[in-house]
Amino acid sequence: MLKRTTTALAAGLIAVATGGWADPDENQLVVNGDIEITTQAAAPAHLEGLSEIYSGWRFREVDTQATQMDDFDNPAFLAVDAAQEVWNTVEGEAGKSCATCHGDVMESMKGVRATYPKWNGEAEEVRTLAMQINACRTDNLDADAYGYTSGDMTAMEALISVASRGMPVDVAIDGPAQSMWEQGKEMYYTRYGQLELSCANCHEDNYGNYIRADHLSQGQINGFPVYRLKNTKLNASHDRFKGCIRDTRAETFKPGSPEFVALELYVASRGNGLSVEAPSVRN
Amino acid sequence: MATGVKPRVKVPGSASAGEVITIKTLISHQMESGQRKDSDGNKIPRSIINRFTCEFNGQSVLDMTLEPAISTNPYVEFQATVPETGEFKFTWYDDDGDVYEDSKPITVG
Amino acid sequence: MDFTRRETLALGAGAALLSFLPFRANAAAVDDLIAEFTGGAEMADAGVELNAPEIAENGNTVPIEVSAPGASAILLLAAGNPTPPVAKFGFGPLAGSQTASTRIRLAGTQEVIAIAQLGDGTFARTSKTVKVTIGGCGG
Repeated sequence: MLKRTTTALAAGLIAVATGGWADPDENQLVVNGDIEITTQAAAPAHLEGLSEIYSGWRFREVDTQATQMDDFDNPAFLAVDAAQEVWNTVEGEAGKSCATCHGDVMESMKGVRATYPKWNGEAEEVRTLAMQINACRTDNLDADAYGYTSGDMTAMEALISVASRGMPVDVAIDGPAQSMWEQGKEMYYTRYGQLELSCANCHEDNYGNYIRADHLSQGQINGFPVYRLKNTKLNASHDRFKGCIRDTRAETFKPGSPEFVALELYVASRGNGLSVEAPSVRN
Repeated sequence: MATGVKPRVKVPGSASAGEVITIKTLISHQMESGQRKDSDGNKIPRSIINRFTCEFNGQSVLDMTLEPAISTNPYVEFQATVPETGEFKFTWYDDDGDVYEDSKPITVG
Repeated sequence: MDFTRRETLALGAGAALLSFLPFRANAAAVDDLIAEFTGGAEMADAGVELNAPEIAENGNTVPIEVSAPGASAILLLAAGNPTPPVAKFGFGPLAGSQTASTRIRLAGTQEVIAIAQLGDGTFARTSKTVKVTIGGCGG
């Protein structure tokens, strides 16, 4: 795509030939020629297995990368537009919309996506963004909860994420969230399934290498929900976890289960320092 | 497929007379190819947007025929010459007979 | 739309089968489509350009651009798809250039063909092979 590539170059995508079939590339992600996204950072202190952390964007082909550099080219924004309408629409028995309490989503939700999952003192539990959206719907709107990884849910998560784009992921791992974080960490390093693979076997030990024709990333979730070219819709991190564990030929956990909430907390914290870049585009 | 179909169109708000501008369009649509089968093994019938047109003040810019090989959420990018102040009209034609429309004004100053 | 890996493989296998057994039928289908567009006229090598990735990360969404200065129409075909037609672009008097980009589905590695009807009524043809990779992790 000559023209697309030219546009991408103008927007700051600097393609550097990589020496082989490994490692992330050196491209820089600037969205709409304006929002600078940190796709590489020093690994957070708690993370011993890596020195540098990279966004999954750095492992994709240039054409896929370019699709995320302009919100018009990014098909996830069809869902973001739809969620913006939902945000302003009264729903449920309480006669309220999201906007009734929260006003302008781009103002009130600024920074929210960067800190989730996080401890909720009132409910005394670690909540993912999806759990918080559903709590808001059932408790405040008196509306039905969304399916945990439904299109409505991923669209709302994408909208809320847009308000934090470019801000550094900053998930707390101490205090009351710590025990769940430890549980997630243990899962990350546990070998599952008949193939006896842990998350770390692919995403820590072998990122940059190829698994069949797929360029393995570090499995960072700063870009979720993700618009995948494969299924042409937004995908939740828990569905990705499910797919990964299934691919090890194991019985998988359910999206929204305490196990996946713990894993999300831990995996999110591995990306502390990368920018929120959701909704991202991947293959 | 009449529910939830929404177009997005990007056109600059102004141009100089005779300027060539870039237009991007995207519409939410499953583009069911007719090649897939459901879980019972029955063929899922084709349901796509089969034509897209762009006109400016009644004159044609682009008239595109779409086949099932166009991806979900059809994206089309093209260029138009803007001779005067006026309105771009975009029309998508669905297999099921539905027609989706959008329009964008542009000022020549 | 969501092609599972199995479906994608099946499509690919179908394409592979086609290339063995009824290869002529598929090639004939492409030839027929081209003949219908050109009326059997000769096609020049220069005058139409096709930009597509050499390697597409996913066959479900492949960015592609066609361009033919002065053309009235460009026909786009994917020779290895179960149904080869992809799109036809008709350029009107207010087209700013005879260029268009879209995103297409490719059932596997194959030849993508663009044929333009140029301003003087003659035709030009170009093609490009796009390699479609199948991912490592179906989920």
